[in-house]
Amino acid sequence: MATDYIVGIDLGTTNSLVAYMQGDSPVVIPGEDGLNLVPSVVALDEKNQIVVGNAARKYLIETPERAVYSVKRLMGRGVEDIQDELKLFPFQLADDLQSGEVIRIKLGEKTFTPPEVSAFILRQLKRNAERFFGAPVTQAVITVPAYFNDAQRQATKDAGRIAGLNVLRLVNEPTAASLAYGLDKKKHGVVVVYDLGGGTFDISILKLHDGIFEVIATNGDTHLGGDDIDNLLIAIALDDIRGEFGLGFENEVRRSGEAVARIRQAVIEAKIALSSQPAARLDVDFPGGKKYQREISLEVFEQMIQPIIDRTVGPCKQALKDANLKPEQIDEVVLVGGSTRIPKVRRLVQDLFQRVPHTDLNPDEVVALGAAVQANILGGGSDITKEMLLLDVTPLSLGIEVAGGVTDKIILRNSTVPASATQYYTTQVDGQTNVAIHVLQGERELARDCRSLARFDLKGIPPMPAGLPRIEVKFLIDANGILRVSAREQRSGKEAEIDVQPTYGLTDEQVENMLLESFDYAEEDFRQRQVIEARREADTILTALAKAKKNPAWQELTSEERSKVETLENALVTVKDGDDYHAIRGGIDALNEATMRLAELMMDMAVSTALKGKAMNDTDLEEGPKAGHPVAKAEFE
Amino acid sequence: MRAVHFCNSCGKVQPPVPVDYFAFFGFPRKLNLDTAALEKEFYALSRRLHPDLFAQANPEERAFSLEQSSMLNDAYRTLKDPIKRTEYLLRLEGVELEEQSKQATEKARATGELKKQVVPPDLLEEVFELNMHLEELRMQKKMGEDDPALLEEIGKAKLSLEEKYDALFNELRTEWNNWDKFVDNGTEADRRKILDRMLDVLNRRNYIRNLVRDVNEALED
Repeated sequence: MATDYIVGIDLGTTNSLVAYMQGDSPVVIPGEDGLNLVPSVVALDEKNQIVVGNAARKYLIETPERAVYSVKRLMGRGVEDIQDELKLFPFQLADDLQSGEVIRIKLGEKTFTPPEVSAFILRQLKRNAERFFGAPVTQAVITVPAYFNDAQRQATKDAGRIAGLNVLRLVNEPTAASLAYGLDKKKHGVVVVYDLGGGTFDISILKLHDGIFEVIATNGDTHLGGDDIDNLLIAIALDDIRGEFGLGFENEVRRSGEAVARIRQAVIEAKIALSSQPAARLDVDFPGGKKYQREISLEVFEQMIQPIIDRTVGPCKQALKDANLKPEQIDEVVLVGGSTRIPKVRRLVQDLFQRVPHTDLNPDEVVALGAAVQANILGGGSDITKEMLLLDVTPLSLGIEVAGGVTDKIILRNSTVPASATQYYTTQVDGQTNVAIHVLQGERELARDCRSLARFDLKGIPPMPAGLPRIEVKFLIDANGILRVSAREQRSGKEAEIDVQPTYGLTDEQVENMLLESFDYAEEDFRQRQVIEARREADTILTALAKAKKNPAWQELTSEERSKVETLENALVTVKDGDDYHAIRGGIDALNEATMRLAELMMDMAVSTALKGKAMNDTDLEEGPKAGHPVAKAEFE
Repeated sequence: MRAVHFCNSCGKVQPPVPVDYFAFFGFPRKLNLDTAALEKEFYALSRRLHPDLFAQANPEERAFSLEQSSMLNDAYRTLKDPIKRTEYLLRLEGVELEEQSKQATEKARATGELKKQVVPPDLLEEVFELNMHLEELRMQKKMGEDDPALLEEIGKAKLSLEEKYDALFNELRTEWNNWDKFVDNGTEADRRKILDRMLDVLNRRNYIRNLVRDVNEALED
């Protein structure tokens, strides 16, 4: 019987994690390497196989053209809005990219959209969880930055689908953190979550009240995080290199993916060291014997990063203003995200909210743990979560373009979701059967300054004189923060057909195709893993049997019994090196059954030997056929 | 009234019935509203309607929950804010909020004309003077000059406007009391009069709010 495990996933810019609720507490599920963090790095190895996580990191330096990191920065974005990123990140876009098409990233000779790359990471996490549970995992809660817009959320959901996961809910990262934070305490009051991660910044203000976690205001910057600090330090290093070795060498370094990757690694190590040391050393060897060395003091480091961390102040103030709260009305401040380990960041938060922030949570894990709590709630809840309910908000106002290119806001930011708004449209010309609607997200007055979400074409309006049709369009933002639109022509009562042109997203059909392809991979992966595991089991039982044959109990069996066991033994030896899972599985089960009496005899003999005063370990009991009867593994579908 | 959201016999969530926001919470259509009771009711209903509680339910129940909880949130957002609550009631009673009406705004935007705003008569003199001062301020800023006396003058005018703005809220409260008194036993004509007065207060309030915004912009530029 397969248990339905719902896992919580933190799909981070730098690291990703998967967690689940074990009894009353959420725990992170480690990977095969025993580590909780899976670096969000995807690479193609020499055999064109996808490699994810720690195993992929070496490719960032060895073959940077076959590896990608921080892909979260590209989720739900168009070519025109990532021009700045391209200057700072070694993203390589496909050569044949058309304008208006979803970005594709080059990995070796292959190209993948950001949701596909994210899906590879999700699939790795899914596998880690399946290995851990010994059962398939198909449902998940995935976290997103609170300030993610509709397109970025949709892209994350698509990634989940491509990875073969039913995404039950997208949860905002700071809100998830508050769930983990408020789980075991009966907390009341106003909590601020300051979340500065690898690539994104969020600030959320929540009211905790009898298990209800109500978000009052949220703000942020989806392109602000530890990556920006790294890039600044890299830029400074390149400047230094020009000063020391000249422009020619600097250009050489810039052109070499490997050299830049080495600098990047060195500055990240220095940055981390500076969270606990007064100074750090940069030491980079370049091919050809040149060396870049520099000592950075904490003081200089803090001056350098000041402009970056200052960018978090505006969103914090805006969130306070939107929540209609003063800093002294805040009860607790919680820090989330690896970048909040920087002492300067902690001081900034303390000054802003006039509170010493909590640092007792692991800032890398708390979001995943909170996602696991939400997964548990969605699964029906347990004693500890049954009173918990999350009321989140939409971070950005939803608007539609009206005459003159102006945005008319119909759902304001910080509205609790689900939220809806109804608008009425009519026609301008006699007999007009289509009406176009341009949906936007953002706070600016003009449509061109807001984020274009989609263009909807209302079709099939019955031909009538201009102005007569009355089309009711309902905009609904669901609990994931994703927009749904439905329309009805009121005079005819006809459901209007809606043609959605997502501005920066994949169509359902595209997702479907990617899904099928990756299902093929997934099936194949799963089959291979099953075979490997069954083979391992076969080896265990065969070893145990070889040993048991030396036990006097073997001679107690009838000759038919012995020959049956040996026939089955040979059969298993033959099939176990093949690729047929069912054959191996069947061979193991048959041999297990045939050796049942042997196991019993050995047990009896062990007992009587013990009664005769002989030591237990003179028998092979512990390593006897008992080991050949491993606890039955959970059945895979 | 709340029972309408759930099945009487099985307690399951039902599709939303087209009711107004007051009725959704089972409240009378009155403007003096116990916001603590509203919040309590909002939390209680959230605990029964939120989509998180229906993640494992069938698609139909999930759809009902989504619609019901979006209506709950829309209703709560509207009713808890005193101004939004008043505007909602006016619309419910068929009063078009003329000055802010979408058509007026769209037309103004499309034609590029400034939206015609009727200056409340009692403000005529004050607004005229303030606009002169603001014009002067913009000129001075362009020339890079600085005139503390002018800034003080504008600051005083702004303060006076803000006081009026707050006073209008008290005026609105008075009309709320009138409305609540007449909603069940007054005549249609009584109620119309109150609605019209509320509309007038809201329009004046908006006018002042826009004016204060203009002053702030001029000071910041």
